[in-house]
Amino acid sequence: MIMFKGLISIFLAGILTENFLLSKFLGICSFLGVSKKLNTAVGMSAAVILVMLISTAVTWPIYMYVLLPLGFDYLETVVFIIIIAALVQLIELLMRKFMPPLYNALGIYLPLITTNCAILGITTLVIDNTLDPMASYGFAESMTSALGSGIGFLVAMVLFSGIRQKMETCDIPNFLKGLPITLIAASLLAVSFFGFQGLVDGMLG
Amino acid sequence: MGKGKGYGKELTKGILKENPVFRLVLGTCPTLAVSTSAMSALGMGAAATIVLICSNLAISACRNIIPDKVRIPAYITIIAGFVSVVQLLVKAFVPAIDQALGIYLPLIVVNCIILGRAEAFANKNPIIPSMLDGLGMGIGFTLALLSMGIIRELLGAGTIFGLPVTINFMDPIIIFILAPGGFFVYGILVAIVNKLTKGKKAELGCGGCPMSSACSKISKGECGSDDNV
Repeated sequence: MIMFKGLISIFLAGILTENFLLSKFLGICSFLGVSKKLNTAVGMSAAVILVMLISTAVTWPIYMYVLLPLGFDYLETVVFIIIIAALVQLIELLMRKFMPPLYNALGIYLPLITTNCAILGITTLVIDNTLDPMASYGFAESMTSALGSGIGFLVAMVLFSGIRQKMETCDIPNFLKGLPITLIAASLLAVSFFGFQGLVDGMLG
Repeated sequence: MGKGKGYGKELTKGILKENPVFRLVLGTCPTLAVSTSAMSALGMGAAATIVLICSNLAISACRNIIPDKVRIPAYITIIAGFVSVVQLLVKAFVPAIDQALGIYLPLIVVNCIILGRAEAFANKNPIIPSMLDGLGMGIGFTLALLSMGIIRELLGAGTIFGLPVTINFMDPIIIFILAPGGFFVYGILVAIVNKLTKGKKAELGCGGCPMSSACSKISKGECGSDDNV
């Protein structure tokens, strides 16, 4: 029961209080780049969730059972980015061959994801939390953290694409048009997510 | 003489005209994340500059050997190697910076500025201009980070480089060192740079973005068009 509680709190923290986009600033390029329309925002987020889960599932065991026992933990960054790049290629190939409808929906986002900091971010972050005696994540916690962060990414993207669609019709001062007003809107969205601070701990007592 | 002038241009274009952060809108993640204090901004800028110079050097030297099809994975591997080197050096000699940068230090690998310069410059140009380009872009990135770091630290903590400035006579506005303050200051600075460069808008970095070919497929009128952001 205590473990279950821990997992729920990790999951909710990933979505609300430690949102990848709005409080950790990971994956901002895609946040600003593809959030203009709702369907692209959802497609990108779905691809991010998928790759986050698969790459965490692969990199965590490799780090814990191969790199760490052999003393190669300093190669973490190099190994992880190569694994992610290879995985993304593999997913793309398999998807194109066996799941054409899914490929049509998500395939175009996959090449962008290799260099998305959210992916390398989550894999590195769960390793940090595993090694940290305060958090001491296991495999289950790591996967939950990846899922929560991915869904948090989706929530922020969807909310933000709605805001941007509203903004299209607004009368914005000329010097703020374009990127500046987008960033200021993101800032206000980030403020609103502060409202969740303490909610997770309060809910689970 | 003409050559020297060309070198000077490679070096200085990154500072304002093609500033990676404010003009090309690349490397937004580390810009927002580590500019909470001037010191960590400077540390991140220095680390990224070293990686940028070294990776530009290596990629430019290997530009005729790497097959075109596997160039992006090859670049990422080269960059990751240099990032690991810098990461170990920072951990060993300036542990305080390592603490402040945390997870964002290994994430230099996926910083679009570095891959972007490899793709846009180093794989087409000889070694020395590539290194100068790396240095110039690195300086531009560092200056942008530092200006954000100073503003956010001054407003949010009342100090600059940890030295008290306004903290003794007014309460700091803490939100500036939190996440929303990062977005806000960045937005305002982009607006100011737009104004200074007379209305030429900063675009989401498709010019320098290594992924622009894949990105433009997503949908027309998305990344790459004028009415973009």
